[in-house]
Parts: sequence; C-alpha cells; structure tokens
Amino acid sequence: MPKTKQQTSGSGKLITLLIVAAFMALTIILENTMSPSSLLFTVIKKGAVYSLVAVSMNLLNGFTGLFSLGQAGFMLLGAYTYAIFMIPSDVRDSVYYLFNGSSVHFSFQEMFGAIFGTAGFGGAVSLVLGVLVAIICAGIVAAIFAYLIGLPVLRLKSDYLAIATLGFAEIIRAIFQWDKLGPVTNGANMLKNFPTFADFNIKNASGQIVLRLSAFVPVFLSAVCIFIIVLLINSSYGRAFKAIRDDEIAAEAMGVNLAHHKRLSFCISSFFAGVGGALFAMFTTMVQAKVFTSTMTYEILLIVVIGGIGSVSGSCIASLLYIAASEWWLRFLDNETYINGTRVPLLRSGFRMVVFSVIIMIVVLFFRQGIMGSRELPELLRRRPKKQPAVEEVRTHE
Amino acid sequence: MSNNILSVENITMQFGGVIAVNNLTIEVPEHKIVALIGPNGAGKTTAFNCITGVYEPTNGRVRFLDETIVENHPHGKMKKSYAGENAGLYTHVVSPTPDTITQLGIARTFQNIRLWKSMTVFENVLTAKHMRARQNVFSATFRGNAKEEKRMREETMQLLQEQGLEHHKDDLATSLPYGLQRRLEIARALATNPKLLLLDEPAAGMNPQETQELAQFIREIREKYGLTVFLIEHHMDLVMKISDYIYVIDFGSEIAQGVPKDVQNNQHVIDAYLGVVEDA
Repeated sequence: MPKTKQQTSGSGKLITLLIVAAFMALTIILENTMSPSSLLFTVIKKGAVYSLVAVSMNLLNGFTGLFSLGQAGFMLLGAYTYAIFMIPSDVRDSVYYLFNGSSVHFSFQEMFGAIFGTAGFGGAVSLVLGVLVAIICAGIVAAIFAYLIGLPVLRLKSDYLAIATLGFAEIIRAIFQWDKLGPVTNGANMLKNFPTFADFNIKNASGQIVLRLSAFVPVFLSAVCIFIIVLLINSSYGRAFKAIRDDEIAAEAMGVNLAHHKRLSFCISSFFAGVGGALFAMFTTMVQAKVFTSTMTYEILLIVVIGGIGSVSGSCIASLLYIAASEWWLRFLDNETYINGTRVPLLRSGFRMVVFSVIIMIVVLFFRQGIMGSRELPELLRRRPKKQPAVEEVRTHE
Repeated sequence: MSNNILSVENITMQFGGVIAVNNLTIEVPEHKIVALIGPNGAGKTTAFNCITGVYEPTNGRVRFLDETIVENHPHGKMKKSYAGENAGLYTHVVSPTPDTITQLGIARTFQNIRLWKSMTVFENVLTAKHMRARQNVFSATFRGNAKEEKRMREETMQLLQEQGLEHHKDDLATSLPYGLQRRLEIARALATNPKLLLLDEPAAGMNPQETQELAQFIREIREKYGLTVFLIEHHMDLVMKISDYIYVIDFGSEIAQGVPKDVQNNQHVIDAYLGVVEDA
C-alpha cells in the first residue's frame, strides 16, 4: 500500500481551534493574575506578532515557493503607516519637532472619536475602530508597494528573487530615513505616542486598570490574520499556489496563470507583513526605520525554517519558542553571576547569542524539516498510522 | 470551416543556429487520434512546446478551432540569423502563455511525469479545476464559493472514479506505481475540460501489458469526452494500433505522413529509424 496523506479532518480543525482559544483565555487569565511586568507577556506579545509575520512569509516561501527576503521592508511600511495615521494631533508637534510639525494633521482615532465621543465606551469604540482601520491601511500600503515591486521582481526566480527583495527592503529603509520626507516619516527620528497594546487595558473611572488586555489583543489580532491565511491556503487559490511551488511548468500547463498567482501571493503575504509591522509598532511603542534591518528578516526566516517550511502551526510554535528563548529563557546567560564569590565562567554580556546560535544549529541538524515539517497540528495529534514500506518507484527506461 | 481542430502551419523553431523544427505542417482532424513519431531528438517535444506556448516558434502559425492561437515571424535578432523557410509569410506576433492556451481547450501531459509531488491524487486533479472556476480570491478565501467548490470536488471524484483511481484518492501522487502516475497525469489534463489532448510519450517506461491497457484507455477517453488526441510516441505497436493518421519527422523536418499502414512501409521512415546502409 502506498503511503497516504490524510486529509485534515473536522475533529482536527476543532482541536486546533480549541488550542488557540485556550491559549487566548490563558493569556487573559495570566495577565490579570501575574505581575504585568513579567517577561512572559513580552514573549507572548512579540511571539504573536512574529507568528503573523512568519506565517505571512511562509505563505510566500513555503506555499508558493517564492524565496523572498523583503519581509522587514513590508513590516516597516506597515509600522510607519500605522504610526503616521495614529499619532494624536496634539502631540504631533512634539514628535515632529525637528520638522516643524507633521504634514498629516489627523489621526484615525480622533476621526472616530468625533463620531463616537472620546470618553468611556465611545472612546473605546473609537480606539478599536481607529486601530483596526490603521492596521488595515498598513496592510494595504504594504500590498500596494508589493504590487509595484512585484511587477519587475517576480520575473526572477529563487535566489535572484531573494536578492532583489532584500535590496528593496534596504532601499525602503534608507528612503524612510531621508530628511526630505521628514514631515511625513520624521526622518531618522522615532515616531511615538501612538496607541499601543497597553491602551487596550480597560480602566475604570478613577484610572485603575480593571481588566488587562494588552497581551490578549496582539494574540487575538494575529490569530484572526493567521486564520484568514489558513483559509486562503486551503482554498482553490491555495492549491494553485502549492501547484506553483511543486512544479511551475505543470501548473502553467494546467491553466494556472503564473504571473497573476505569484503577484497575488506576494501582495497577500506583504499585506499581512504590513499588518504584522503595525502590530510590531504597537509592541515596541515607537517606530524607527533603523530597527527594520535585514537581521529582522533573517530572524523571521529562521522561525519559518525551524517551524517547518510549509507548516502554519510550525511557524507559530517556532516563533513563540524562538522569542521565548531569545528574550527570556536565556537572559541569565548575559548576566555575570557569582556563586560563593567565584565568577561563573563564560557568563557575560553577549554569551546568550552564542548559546542561542548553538541551539539553533542543533535544532536544524536534528530536525532537518523543522519542528513540524510540512505537517500541521491536527496531523500531529492524530495517532500515527503504522509505517508501511514505500512502493519502489519504477524508473523510466528512456 | 475546415474540420481540423488543430492546424500547425509552417512552424519553424530555431535555437541560435540550430533548427529544431523545420517548416512543420500538421493537421489534426476533429475526433481523430493523430500521432507524431520520429527518432530521438527529431524535434517532437519541441513541436509540442510550440503548440502549447512553452516556446515561441521562430516562424509559422498554429490555429485551433479556426482561431490563430500562436503566430510569429522572424524578428529582432532572429531576423538576420533566420535560416528557415517562408520568412515573409507571417506578419503578426501572437505568443500567449501556456495557461492561456490551456484555457482555450488544449491540455497536455509531459514526457517525464510532472505531477505535483506534495499533493494527493485527489488534490492533483482538483487543482487542475482551478482554472475553470469562477471564484475570485476573496470569495475563495471566505468560502463564498462553497457551491462551486463542492461541484469541483464532486467532478474530481467522478473523474477519479472513471479513471479507476478512486482507491488511491488520498495517496500522495508520487507514491503511485508508474503506470497509474501516467494515468493520473491524463486525468489531471482531462480536469481542465479540454477539446484537444496532447500526450507526450504516454507509454514511456511502461511494460507491454500497461501499454496495452493504455491504448484501450486512450480510445475510451476519446469516446467518453469527445476528445481529439494528438500524441508523441516511441512504442510503434501502440502508435500503429491506435492512430488514425501519423506524421513522421526526423531532424525537425517531416519525412512522411499517412495512415499507419503506409507509414510502416515507407522507405524514408525505415531509413530514419534503422539507418541507411551506405553502398561501398
């Protein structure tokens, strides 16, 4: 019997949904019971943001087979779009003080505030709507740039495409630091004072926090976006993307318009990278172009590879593990430690990255396909079928 | 209005200084099985690639259902170096991408099987239905096309049943035995609802038993789907058995054409396949 690939069953989907829901509930509970300064919440927030960006990269690299390294550039576009549209107008002058104020004179939150009011429930509605619209704008701006970049760049294949998109990300970063664009981008200076995750904590009239949602919001937003990507991957278009990945020539011969589908995948991936960029801006509470370096793209690529190229759940798990390891679990390696007065050797600032790199090498060596390979969570949870000998492939004698 | 579903007119394909296909004219009448044969390297697959839009021929025209689908004349760099015939005959450039041609109703298979490796048998066929679907990316993502998706899945299942592949539905395409992979590739091509099926060496690598079945299979699908079949093949017994008409090419040029019996006894064909004994 040939080996079979099981279809994702209904119960598998349900289990995955339950796990995600449980994770969200746990986030809310922990955040309201534990100390809010715990590094755990940094990990959850950043992990959620990186999950989304990693999944968007996986859509392109893992499912469509386009090796692109422009993720940081699209995140930058998203982050800037979000920040520019969300800085309240009364603090704009202080943020843009080097350029005598911003050339954008409104923020989405205030626009909705004018309709729903700024205090109490109306204020919450205008915050949520403002943030949502700004996030969607962030995605759209990134997608528009992706479309324009894609016109010339998507003719390239594999490594050449990677180089071209990497170049694009670097150029975008340089342009956003350009002084002449100062009134919009604030040059090389940071944009700040826009609504962040902390603004979603629900406060009572006296300003005390009643319910903390600052870690739940990024998890929820990422989960919604990832869910949409999963829907896309499982749709007819997702199958066409996989066909392009598996065999471009066959896909074209079966009527898949390569240019159209590649562009589509590139734009959608960039849209969600832009959304991820906006969430990243909310996480870091400030935006500065110099943060979005190619190192960031490599981090995301690493997450995708560790999680398994072509596995959405792999990307999510890997990004949480990656962020937890780099931000939290290995922190102690950076601190000089003394036991009974003797200094523990090797432990000093920077040692964390050495250990981290070794761990990554070990992971890549022992999990060649990444943690999940190309499988998804439901397939992993199901009982494995007995291993059957693979049918020997009959070779052509041409 | 001719009754030819496909006419290839004076196609020449020149790569640099090499003429791979030289002034080839082929007519494929509707509902017939036409074969293109020739020794290795004769230019058969190149001819196929010119028809299906993989290559842009240097000169010549391809008509499908009386519409010009491919046309080209030597231009640009090729203008000077063109060494073929009929240089001034065509003036337009029509060079669609392969997917446009598939859209028109020409489906093909490949000499070395090109199934989508990571997909199951079912998904392979289902994906080929993507082209004919009327959804857009939003309706597909948010399941606004549930009806169409259901119909596509039903049609796929039906096609697999007709091809006898339904037991292998959830197997990875590459895990099938060779003969079934060939059959799956044909099923996948059929999923695009073609009027004309181009088979590039469908019996390559098959044993005599499988070849027998394939001959029967090709006849069956022609009847069932109202197809016209144009095939390249090396197995002479298969070609002679199923073809209505045969074109023989060697070194890119046609050396013979006719019904199987005539071609079999044609001296040029025998020479091309067996070599010519030079008189000392």
